[in-house]
Amino acid sequence: MDSAWIALGLTLKVAGWATALNLLLGVGIGFAMARWRFPGRDAVDAVLTLPMVMPPTVLGYYLLVLIGTHGPIGAWLLNRFGIRMIFTWQAAVIAAAVVSFPLVFKSARAAFENVDPQLEEAARILGLREVAIFFRVSLPLAWRGILAGLLLSFARALGEFGATLMVAGSIPGKTQTLSIAVYEAVQAGQDDTANFLVLVTSLACVCVLLTAGRLVPGHVSPRR
Amino acid sequence: MSSLPSRVVAFVVLTLFGVAASAADLTVSAAASLTNAFRELAPLFEAAQPGTRVQFNFAASGALLQQIAKGAPVDVFASADEETMDQAQTQGLVKASERRYFASNSLVLIVPNGSTNPPSALADLNRPTYRRVAIGVPASVPVGRYTKSVLESAGLWGAVEPKMIGAQSVRQALDYVARAEVDAGFVYATDAALMPDKVKVALTVPTPSRILYPVAPIAGAAQSALAERFVAFLLSPAARPVLARFGFGKP
Repeated sequence: MDSAWIALGLTLKVAGWATALNLLLGVGIGFAMARWRFPGRDAVDAVLTLPMVMPPTVLGYYLLVLIGTHGPIGAWLLNRFGIRMIFTWQAAVIAAAVVSFPLVFKSARAAFENVDPQLEEAARILGLREVAIFFRVSLPLAWRGILAGLLLSFARALGEFGATLMVAGSIPGKTQTLSIAVYEAVQAGQDDTANFLVLVTSLACVCVLLTAGRLVPGHVSPRR
Repeated sequence: MSSLPSRVVAFVVLTLFGVAASAADLTVSAAASLTNAFRELAPLFEAAQPGTRVQFNFAASGALLQQIAKGAPVDVFASADEETMDQAQTQGLVKASERRYFASNSLVLIVPNGSTNPPSALADLNRPTYRRVAIGVPASVPVGRYTKSVLESAGLWGAVEPKMIGAQSVRQALDYVARAEVDAGFVYATDAALMPDKVKVALTVPTPSRILYPVAPIAGAAQSALAERFVAFLLSPAARPVLARFGFGKP
């Protein structure tokens, strides 16, 4: 049963880093897409949303081809830094981040589009620099929407299986996340271990949802 | 059925639960290493038994056992080691009296094709240049069990286990080596022979007991008689040349 706690710790670590990565990328790109109009913007939006609709194994295969030792990015990493990405927890983070990126990106873009541009204009007139406008006006107003997206992204990263298995493998303590551990326990006929892992995972998910409910208050009561 | 909603419901129900009629569908769960050989044997069996269609389910023997134990509608089970079949027998899943051995195999250590200075002995895996070794997960993959027992008797398991990248089946271990994501891997000779352009055999590893493939019809299977005929077919002179062509030895 120790393996269950190790798997839980690893799953939280991978999901945490993936969500942090998506926070930076999703918010940044979401803001850019919300504010700049350029030809082909819709096409770019579609491509960025693809990981959400593609089967995880397809994504896993793309990643394997890209960051594997023979792939363009993988070969460069190997030759320049001696890093082999496959079968590392960092690869698990990349897989989880890629599949859950659209959740943050979409929420962030929608949240920024809902920020009244007149408020930003007012700030501009009052002399604030663009960077300051982003951090003091746009971001605080969009924060609730972004947070909702982040929580969905964290939950998705917690449960990521297909892409992770393909690029990170299943190494206990290093890349064997809870969902992969359940899969292996069932394959090996270790039902007791599987039951315990499923229980731990379910409790973790319930905690995430409860936290989500606390941080992002529900709809405004219609009676107000 | 005059209203549209009723028609839609009827359509969905029929699509989901309607079964394509076929004279006889034989479902065979076979070890991953048998994939190519069995796919070639299927048309031969179907020709000898007109109106039959053979459906395959390939995976690690341990995974297949779990599916059968939990009620998967399988007619025949062919495993890559005796231990998995013994477990199936203990659980009363197969007809023990119809169990037969139909092939044998050998364990090899392979390295990616571009690798320089391949190992000349098992103990070479101790070298720091071998950081990752693909080995089937011993709990569910027969080739992993054979590998672990060989390495344990050689006193190398302690040194190699930290380098182990667990594979869910022998074909995944082969794939890891073919992609050069690992420095070496343990697969069957028949698997290594499938990718001569991507992997090369560094050495053949003697195993304490022969690697034998048992096959048995599932107890209470839907296609009992057909299942027994399939087992008989695997042992017949018709199947021998195909198995031999892929590198499987006599049982």
